[in-house]
Amino acid sequence: MITDIQVDDHGRHRHFLTTEGLSAKAIGEILDTAESFISVGEREIKKVPLLRGKTIVNLFFEASTRTRTTFEIAGKRLSADIININTSVSATQKGESLLDTVRNLEAMHTDLFVVRHPVSGAADLIARSVPNHVHVVNAGDGRHAHPTQGLLDMFTIRRYKGGFANLKVAIVGDVLHSRVARSQIHALTALGTGEVRVIGPRSLLPFAVESLGAKSYTTMAEGLAGVDVIIMLRLQFERMSGALIPSAHEYFSLYGLTPERLALADPEAIVMHPGPMNRGLEIASEVADGPQSVILPQVTFGIAVRMAILARLAGAAGTETKSP
Amino acid sequence: MIDVEEALARMADGIALLKDQRPVMIGIHTGGVWVAERLHHRLGLADALGTLDISFYRDDFSRVGMNPQVKTSQLPVSLEGRHIVLVDDVLHTGRTIRAALNEIFDFARPASISLAVLIVRDGRELPIQPDVVGAAIALRPGEHLKLTGPNPLGIKIMEKAE
Amino acid sequence: MNIVISGGRIIDPSQGLDQVGSLFIHDDRLVGFEAPPGFSAERTIDARGLVVCPGLIDLRARLREPGLEHKATLESETRAAAAGGITTLCNPPDTTPPLDNPALAEWMIDRARQLGAAAVLPIGALTRGLSGTHLADMHALHTAGCVGVGNAYAAIKDTAVLRHALEYAAGLDLLVFLTPEDPWLGAHGIMHEGRVATRLGLAGIPASAETVALSRDLILIEQTGARVHFCGLSTAAGLALMAAAKERGLPVTADTPIHQLYLTEDDVGFFDSQCHVRPPLRTLQDREALRTAVAEGVIDAVCSDHQPHEEDAKRVPFSNSEPGIAGLETLLPLTLQLADLGILTLKDALARLTAGPAAILGRPEGTLRSGRSADVCIFDPNTSWTPEPASLRSRGRNSPFFGKPLRGQVILTLKNGHICYEKSAANKATTRDRAPG
Repeated sequence: MITDIQVDDHGRHRHFLTTEGLSAKAIGEILDTAESFISVGEREIKKVPLLRGKTIVNLFFEASTRTRTTFEIAGKRLSADIININTSVSATQKGESLLDTVRNLEAMHTDLFVVRHPVSGAADLIARSVPNHVHVVNAGDGRHAHPTQGLLDMFTIRRYKGGFANLKVAIVGDVLHSRVARSQIHALTALGTGEVRVIGPRSLLPFAVESLGAKSYTTMAEGLAGVDVIIMLRLQFERMSGALIPSAHEYFSLYGLTPERLALADPEAIVMHPGPMNRGLEIASEVADGPQSVILPQVTFGIAVRMAILARLAGAAGTETKSP
Repeated sequence: MIDVEEALARMADGIALLKDQRPVMIGIHTGGVWVAERLHHRLGLADALGTLDISFYRDDFSRVGMNPQVKTSQLPVSLEGRHIVLVDDVLHTGRTIRAALNEIFDFARPASISLAVLIVRDGRELPIQPDVVGAAIALRPGEHLKLTGPNPLGIKIMEKAE
Repeated sequence: MNIVISGGRIIDPSQGLDQVGSLFIHDDRLVGFEAPPGFSAERTIDARGLVVCPGLIDLRARLREPGLEHKATLESETRAAAAGGITTLCNPPDTTPPLDNPALAEWMIDRARQLGAAAVLPIGALTRGLSGTHLADMHALHTAGCVGVGNAYAAIKDTAVLRHALEYAAGLDLLVFLTPEDPWLGAHGIMHEGRVATRLGLAGIPASAETVALSRDLILIEQTGARVHFCGLSTAAGLALMAAAKERGLPVTADTPIHQLYLTEDDVGFFDSQCHVRPPLRTLQDREALRTAVAEGVIDAVCSDHQPHEEDAKRVPFSNSEPGIAGLETLLPLTLQLADLGILTLKDALARLTAGPAAILGRPEGTLRSGRSADVCIFDPNTSWTPEPASLRSRGRNSPFFGKPLRGQVILTLKNGHICYEKSAANKATTRDRAPG
């Protein structure tokens, strides 16, 4: 059986593929580092020389504006050279294989790959094939994981709520197809969150979702009661009507986050969304733009958290252990 | 043995000479901040103390990696055109000071920077010399200095662990 | 040629036999456990410390020829089969082109016969081009030598077509091979719908994909009277349906791939594409139920479900990888291990590879009875070996069992009295050749 390869034998982070298996300590360190990077973003010169001379390739097999941009900014603020490669899976399927694409880029002395791919496990596969000094960051693979998004959400929660132990966190929507939800659930459970809930129609909740450590609810009335954090998931356009849910209208009437539903949660509750939002479908504009929404700060934090993750990996070259 | 209080007093005297410049004091994490806190208090400087964590500017980053306990650099006042007193505990290779200078310049262009250290020792690897010194010491090979603190502030000579 | 295999532990489940003795072979025939009058051995195979059993029958092995010769060929795979003690194997009809053409079936049988290693029994297509819409020329396929008809992984979605296909086959008394997988519930699925699929974000194939298809098929079997063999049961619930159907006296049999008796969804770990198989690896409870079903005979036969691939077929993300395991050479040791684990006796374990599949197919092989063709497997039950890509005769480079020591190694395989595999002399510690006469 093959095992997790994120952390090497010396306990150092080589790749960042999933939040599954991360310790509370490791997550805490990343969030702490990110705090320091937040201040870097507020300086006159928003750049530090940490990754000077390193080459990062943003290898995106799936369209993404926000994630790619924030990785690009994060890399640039660390003084790395960033190359963006946007390609479609169909192009690679016709020609060279995924690993051949990676090998070619590797030959150009890439130090770190940031990979987005529509198939679960793609980043894991690449990480297993690259040489020792090359690092891989998963920027979203299929339905599997989006760990940098997961950690920036943890950063946001920690910023606004201080800690996790006494929190009730609800993740609402299409959990079945959501890599973000999986990464959030693993991180939340690792951090000892009081209660993790998922809310959605049964047809959009994964089989045995409880095995991930989340309680499942099919109604907002029960699921949102008293929660401190509400994370709304994006409903993909292609799933808005069909065999999984009948219609966008019915979905919003049952699971849309309206001011009335928000009132079910703790009065101090924050509202998050990994974006891009479908206003009026999963979230009402009054809520998205309301005082409890922290959706825009999430984006700002995303840069700092990604800087922290890139720095954590890229500094861990070779096998030398940390000097005192 | 080094008398820390005596060394602090000597530093304070040295920095006091710069008082006309209304200097901004910045301590380097962690030991330099401890020293700077004492000096800042003693001299009653007008501007709040700044702190600097040079983790993001280290030249050995790719070898040793990220310090997971990185602190945030906090510079409460604008440094543009100001005279700065940069405070550290021990001046050894000079690499920390090089990193600190780079970081300061990423915030602003100061009028001048003076370096004040509690202890200066041998082993410089860069052309960096202090302007204000609390005490000087030469160490035998394999020895290094360790600052303990913040209260009380102390200094110990340690055998380097392999 | 006259051959005597002497001093071995002879296990022949078809005769309930487990005894130390000698086996005599004249030309291509078995001639009994006693030397016939005037018998003079030209070759004596010393089988002391070894087990002598009928050559194994593998109900499902894809040879990749015709159509996918870059993966494997009939030659490479029938030789690999012989190295695994297999002397007869059934090839599913999903070749390229599909096996709906009697000439293709004849060619496969002849080609295998010329090669002289394992014999190939093609399974003809149940529907033309495996389309699921038009019946194939089943009678012609049967006449050409097909051991039965089936549609491999291509589900017959139209229930009326399936009904008519079963009726037609029943009229000809043809054995029908069905793979119970509902095409809708299994659509897009890539592994068992369970904890691991949820964790990895892989689309699931629910257990109900098997039970829904099986239920539908069983009802039509009851209606049509067709003889049906179910390929690759994988779920406890499916086994319960199977047991009940047998209880009711339906003319049904079933097999399971050997890997299903060892691996579970958990072995997928972090996207191990070597564990991408179809039907998917299920839960531990399913695996335990399968073991019990093999022991109790609800599962009549164990097969390799051999699906050889080149390395690149698995060096892609899990969902894009091709399913299957190259299993010909690990079938015997893994089956023997079932006896070591106390799941069933060594004789019953061997029955699932010999008498069991022979009975399903209605074939004369799978026995050491006097007068039958001399298909014999001789193996050392105690030698351990470790399968590695380079050590396999199969061209397939895909197995989750690589690097794991297995006990039980084939020493010599006879097909029609002809030695078609003999473990290389370098490490042949237990066989001795003697000059003829």
